[in-house]
Amino acid sequence: MPSVAVVRFPGSNCDWDTLRAAEAEGADAYFVWHRDSDLRGADIVVLPGGFSYGDYLRSGAIARFSPVMQAVQRHAAAGGPVLGICNGFQILCEAHLLPGALLRNAGLTFVSKPVDVTVEQTETPFTCDYEAGARLRLPVAHGEGRYVAPADTLRVLEAEGRVVLRYVAATEGSPFQPNPNGSANHIAGICNAAGNVVGIMPHPERAADRLLGLTGGSGFFTSMVTSQQDSSKSRVSSQ
Amino acid sequence: MTFRVHVRVMPRVGLLDPQGQAVEHALTALGFDEAGAVRVGRAIELDVAASSRDEAEARARLMCDKLLANPVTEDYLLDVEDD
Repeated sequence: MPSVAVVRFPGSNCDWDTLRAAEAEGADAYFVWHRDSDLRGADIVVLPGGFSYGDYLRSGAIARFSPVMQAVQRHAAAGGPVLGICNGFQILCEAHLLPGALLRNAGLTFVSKPVDVTVEQTETPFTCDYEAGARLRLPVAHGEGRYVAPADTLRVLEAEGRVVLRYVAATEGSPFQPNPNGSANHIAGICNAAGNVVGIMPHPERAADRLLGLTGGSGFFTSMVTSQQDSSKSRVSSQ
Repeated sequence: MTFRVHVRVMPRVGLLDPQGQAVEHALTALGFDEAGAVRVGRAIELDVAASSRDEAEARARLMCDKLLANPVTEDYLLDVEDD
C-alpha cells in the first residue's frame, strides 16, 4: 500500500477530495502542512488544487518557498513521484520542477466546467493504468491555466513525449471542447524528463467517484498504487 | 542607507496579454479611439538597505530574478531612487 502525502498550503481547497480519492484506491494518504520539512517517508507526493497564499504575486509563486517544498524538491530529485493538480501544477512550474508557466486564461474568465482530454503519456506513476490515447472528461476550474513555454521547450516536450494530457481540439459536437484557456499546443498536463514529476490542470479527484457524476479521473489514483507495485512503470522509457 | 526601489514587471512582448486587450477594448468603448497596444503589468515598490546605489540595484535585480518576476514570461525594469 503506497503512502501518499497530500501537501496543504494556506488556501489549498482540493486537499480533502485528493486525500479521499487516493484512499479510495487503497493508498495510505495523509496531510502534510506547508511548514513541515518532513514528508514522513511518503512514496508519492501530491500538491492539490486551490489558491495557495491567495495567488499573491503569481499563482504558486509564494508556495514555492514553503519549507515543505525543499522536501518535495529532494523527493523529486531522488526519482520520487510528484503530482501537481491545478494550483499544484502552477507551484511545480514556479519551483522549476516543470518547465514553462501558467498564465491568465486567454478568455480572461475563470473556467469551471468539464473538458475532454486525451492521455498521451501513460508511462508515468500517475497515468500507467490508462490506455495510451484514452479520452477522459475531467473538470477544470482555473483562472490561470494557459500553458506557455519557449518554442524550443515546447519542441522538446513534444519530441520526448512529455505531454501527459492534451485538451481535445474541437472535432465533433461535444460541448466540452475545445481548449478552454488558450494553452500552447492544447497542453493540459506535462511531465519532467524522468517522468516522475507530473503537472495537470484538470482535477481527477473531482471525477473519481460515481457520486460525483464522472469517474474518468480515478485512473490517476489507481496508477499511484499500480506504479508502486511495479516500479518499472514509473519512468518514461528512454528512447 | 536606504534606497526606494521601483520595479515594473511587464508581460514579455509577443506573449498574449488578454488583460491588456480587455482594457484596450474598454478604452475603445469609452470613446478613446486613440489608445492602442495596451499592456497590463505590475508595479512593486520596496525599500532596500544597502551601502550604495549599485548594491541596492544589484540586490533588487536578484529579488526580481528569484521571485518578483517570472523569467519565463515576464520582463522587469528597475528604478532606484536616491534617498
